[in-house]
Amino acid sequence: MTANGAPEALIRLFHVHKRYGPKHALVDISLDIPKNAFYFVTGPSGAGKTTLLRLLYLGERASEGQILVDGMNLSRIPAKRIPFLRRKFGIVFQDYKLIPTKTVFENVSLVLEAAGKKFRLIQKKVRSVLRTVGMEDKAEALPPSLSGGEQQRVAVARAVAGDPKIILADEPTGSLDEDSAAVIVDLLKGFHTRGGTVLLATHDRSLIKKTGGRVVHLHQGHLKEITSAGLDYR
Amino acid sequence: MMRFYRRAFQDIIGNRFVNTLTVITIALSVLIVSAFVLFFINTAELIDPWKQGARIMVYLHDQVPQERIEPLLRQISGMYGVDHATFISRQEGLERLKKSMKRQPSLLENLKANPLPDAFEIRMIPESQSEAAMEVLANGLEALPEIAEVEYGQQWIGRISSIVGLFRLGGYALGALFFAASVFIVANTVRLVLYSRRQEVEIMRLVGATDGFIKAPFYLEGLILGAAGGTLGLGGLLAAFLFASTSLDQSLAGTLLKLRFLPLSTVALVLAGSMVVGWLGCYLSLRQFLGQTPLSEPL
Ligand SMILES: Nc1ncnc2c1ncn2[C@@H]1O[C@H](COP(=O)(O)OP(=O)(O)OP(=O)(O)O)[C@@H](O)[C@H]1O
Ligand SMILES: [Mg+2]
Repeated sequence: MTANGAPEALIRLFHVHKRYGPKHALVDISLDIPKNAFYFVTGPSGAGKTTLLRLLYLGERASEGQILVDGMNLSRIPAKRIPFLRRKFGIVFQDYKLIPTKTVFENVSLVLEAAGKKFRLIQKKVRSVLRTVGMEDKAEALPPSLSGGEQQRVAVARAVAGDPKIILADEPTGSLDEDSAAVIVDLLKGFHTRGGTVLLATHDRSLIKKTGGRVVHLHQGHLKEITSAGLDYR
Repeated sequence: MMRFYRRAFQDIIGNRFVNTLTVITIALSVLIVSAFVLFFINTAELIDPWKQGARIMVYLHDQVPQERIEPLLRQISGMYGVDHATFISRQEGLERLKKSMKRQPSLLENLKANPLPDAFEIRMIPESQSEAAMEVLANGLEALPEIAEVEYGQQWIGRISSIVGLFRLGGYALGALFFAASVFIVANTVRLVLYSRRQEVEIMRLVGATDGFIKAPFYLEGLILGAAGGTLGLGGLLAAFLFASTSLDQSLAGTLLKLRFLPLSTVALVLAGSMVVGWLGCYLSLRQFLGQTPLSEPL
């Protein structure tokens, strides 16, 4: 807790801009996201949702402004430390980013291997997260042989496997039917109740209403407002 | 560590064709370069005595009295280009001859008198020896009245020595050339594998893999390619060597020249060298490739 009683920010953006050439993808974004928050990032297509998430894990650097993640100032991180920043996040990419030549199991275990986890632990952990997303039967399948929804579930499994502090989920229910979407959202909520922080980018209003949480509204790169949705007033 | 091996082997098997070609190229380079080394090692034996100073034999007339030997020795020792001279009496000469002909003692048994003359063995100073210097010295020796004959049959070795020197230079150049070519080919192979895995590399980075973690299997692959190529090349050389030396043994030359294969330390060195080739090729293409991917250092 800070002096004024507001929860300490886990993620802090301070006058952040992102430009792609003449294109302004994000304009003057200032935003605090406290520990153990459940935040939605919403807005129409092209609003800058994905860009905002990319800046957090240093998929790209901000053109201007400062970003702090868990005490690390992203503009000061040397290239060598970037992998350690990224291990704070579990990321569900909008395009899944599964390795097509590796099995579902290998795709998920990769995160744990990269973090230097022991073989035994990896085996156990991967089985367990695949079970929670209902993909244990497809552990040996290759991603291209899976449906879009199945790939998305594998992507979610990979994001939670490494026990990250923060989950960044970019349209994690985009290609799922309502029931499968509910499974994914329950998973993310479970992660949240265990103390994790979630940032979920979506333009699915009903999902936001059903789930509840803080909602960051983006429009053409500008932060319009932050509202609360559902029962969960944080 | 196991997972790095697995990934490296997967890459090698997944790109069988280029990897086989690479191993063969390295093997051929190793074969050619180490064939040169083998050649040098075997010729060195022939040339080394020459390097330590050419030998000139001087034979005296029969009637040279014993007391002339000492002053003559001093006079010869003082001549230009002479390192040292030793007197070999006719008895001593016969002893030496008997020793060297142990297998056919009957040839010498029936001698009534010693047919050998007294002699001097002269070694030249290695630094000042050349064909011309040898000629001058030999002429000077021949001019002495006590001396009947001067023998310096090793002249031809001097000529060979300079040819081998030239060969050696060519060998170094060729070695450097093949080294560079092999490094280049390994770099190309690794680049190909990297290219086929670029999506995977990017994803690994996104999920927090360090560059070291990503690179390790590629280095391993480079080392394996190098070691395989080196082993194959040395194996080929050994096979060729065994074939050549057995056929030489049966000919006359075999009794004069005993061929030797590369000493173990050189074999180890060649193997290490080919692994360095693999490592270096990998290093070069990784540096280029990872430097180019956008996520190495986002801007
Ligand atoms: N690498 C890039 N180069 C150029 N322009 C880009 C790049 N990435 C994003 N943009 C632009 O920035 C703007 C924001 O893109 P972003 O992907 O963040 O939108 P989004 O809110 O995630 O949209 P969607 O809901 O369709 O996923 C878009 O106009 C897009 O064209
Ligand atoms: Mg997007």
